Amino acid sequence: MEQRFVGRRYRRRVLVNRLMLILTVLATIISLVPLVLIIVYVAEQGIGSLSIDFLTHTFRPISFGNASTGGGVLHAIVGTVIIVGFSLLLAAPIGIMAGIYLSEYPGNSASTAIRFCVDVLSAMPSIVGGVTAYVLIVQRVKSFSGFAGSIALVVLMVPIITRTTEEILRLVPQSSREAAIALGAPKWRTTLTIVLPMALSGIATGVLLAFARAAGETAPLLVTVLGNNNLTYDLFGPMQALPLLAYRYTEQPYQVLNQQAWGAAFLLVVIVLGINILVRIFTRTRSPR
Amino acid sequence: MTAIAANPNIQMPPAVDAHLVIDGLTLYYGQREAVARTDLAIPRKQVTAIIGPSGCGKSTLLRSLNRMHETVPGGRAEGRVLLDGTNIYDPAIDPIYVRRRIGMVFQQPNPLRARTIAENVSIGLELDGIGKREKEAAVERALKRAALWDEVVDRLDQPGVALSGGQQQRLCLARALAVEPELILMDEPASALDPIATLRIEELIRELMNDITIIIVTHNMQQAARVSDYTMFMNLNDRGSGGVVEAGPTQIMFTAPKSKQTEDYITGRFG
Repeated sequence: MEQRFVGRRYRRRVLVNRLMLILTVLATIISLVPLVLIIVYVAEQGIGSLSIDFLTHTFRPISFGNASTGGGVLHAIVGTVIIVGFSLLLAAPIGIMAGIYLSEYPGNSASTAIRFCVDVLSAMPSIVGGVTAYVLIVQRVKSFSGFAGSIALVVLMVPIITRTTEEILRLVPQSSREAAIALGAPKWRTTLTIVLPMALSGIATGVLLAFARAAGETAPLLVTVLGNNNLTYDLFGPMQALPLLAYRYTEQPYQVLNQQAWGAAFLLVVIVLGINILVRIFTRTRSPR
Repeated sequence: MTAIAANPNIQMPPAVDAHLVIDGLTLYYGQREAVARTDLAIPRKQVTAIIGPSGCGKSTLLRSLNRMHETVPGGRAEGRVLLDGTNIYDPAIDPIYVRRRIGMVFQQPNPLRARTIAENVSIGLELDGIGKREKEAAVERALKRAALWDEVVDRLDQPGVALSGGQQQRLCLARALAVEPELILMDEPASALDPIATLRIEELIRELMNDITIIIVTHNMQQAARVSDYTMFMNLNDRGSGGVVEAGPTQIMFTAPKSKQTEDYITGRFG
């Protein structure tokens, strides 16, 4: 017996095992490098711009010889909250209900078709949603608007919310559904009073992730929201948004604005990272099962 | 009901007094026949046990009796099941109505997570929109019938999953009893429980049969012998689908089975 365990083959297995372990750890580290680099670099460049003024003031015009700081990005923060908030208002009910349908009525051909469409939609480049919104809304009403941007983002958010809702609902044990069905509960009642409450935190996670994803999108906003240097609450006119502002400011010849672009980028990273971390905490303390 | 007499090995009481009459029922999963045509009468306020080897369609047959079979993808039934003369497979009958009269207890205790003990019992009543005071009384009544009241009376607001396995199963029984069904189907209710918890469930079954008809699927032949008045033996036929081989009073089934298959199974020669 002894002989077999310490034989040549055994030693080879141990060696291969170690080699593979080292390789996987290495691959993990390599894949994490860009993330760390981005966060560190953006923080390094952007953290200097952060100030109370940066967060509470709007754009201030710059002219040569003027030592202006370029004001703040409040108008972009407000714009992002309004645009993404509104698209969340539309996307959450649609996505959640579609997810319920996919999970609770999985077998039929309609749900197969819908699932395929949702997958295609989630793989679609975000600019396509923006261009579509441009053609269908902006060209029609002949005005750029936060609303058109919201619609472009809805297209982006719905598949994320749909798929996470579906996955989470699948985790609800079938035995719980059977318990209710065997008591004579109609299907809608079972879904509403038994299945949904058990999956609530997971669904909230999906919604938050979709929010984080949409908050960072630039492309669909470029052709729909346009950008606005003034603080506005009007969803039906051109607005400003954080990613959009970051993009526009990098094109400017002014050092101050370039610097502010880094500040806006850093702010976005903090928001997106913050939401993701929040989600982690949320799901750890209240597991869906 | 001439079909019932067709299999000479089926010696159940006459269909006239029966609570449930299975009349030419064939069960399918998709195109596959899972349980071959069955004709059988289930006597009222008696315990009928279904025994047989794994995969012979015991659970499928049981689940078809309150139309739970069709909730599985591909699950399909042909034929009739008469509950006091009403065909529960009649297109005009809502399966919801059937399931309120015929309760069910599953193999794995399945109390609802994130719900308290009291809520677990009253969930079936909530579906009917029953008032609060009435609900409290019903919860107490159901828990007492399930012999669980004394153990949980001072922690009704604690989660149902905090109970032990045996208690959870009695909680599920209480949940089924709360809606006052006239018939309860049990799918190996004690197979996940220890011997003492099993004994308690068996005692309960004997008590409940005073006013409820019970059909119980069990792997355990001793259990069938202990709790049931009638026994059905199912086995796979040569086409690979399940079917009832023999049925009759438990005492006769276990002492003088007519079929060779039944005898082999009961004496432990297979299964």
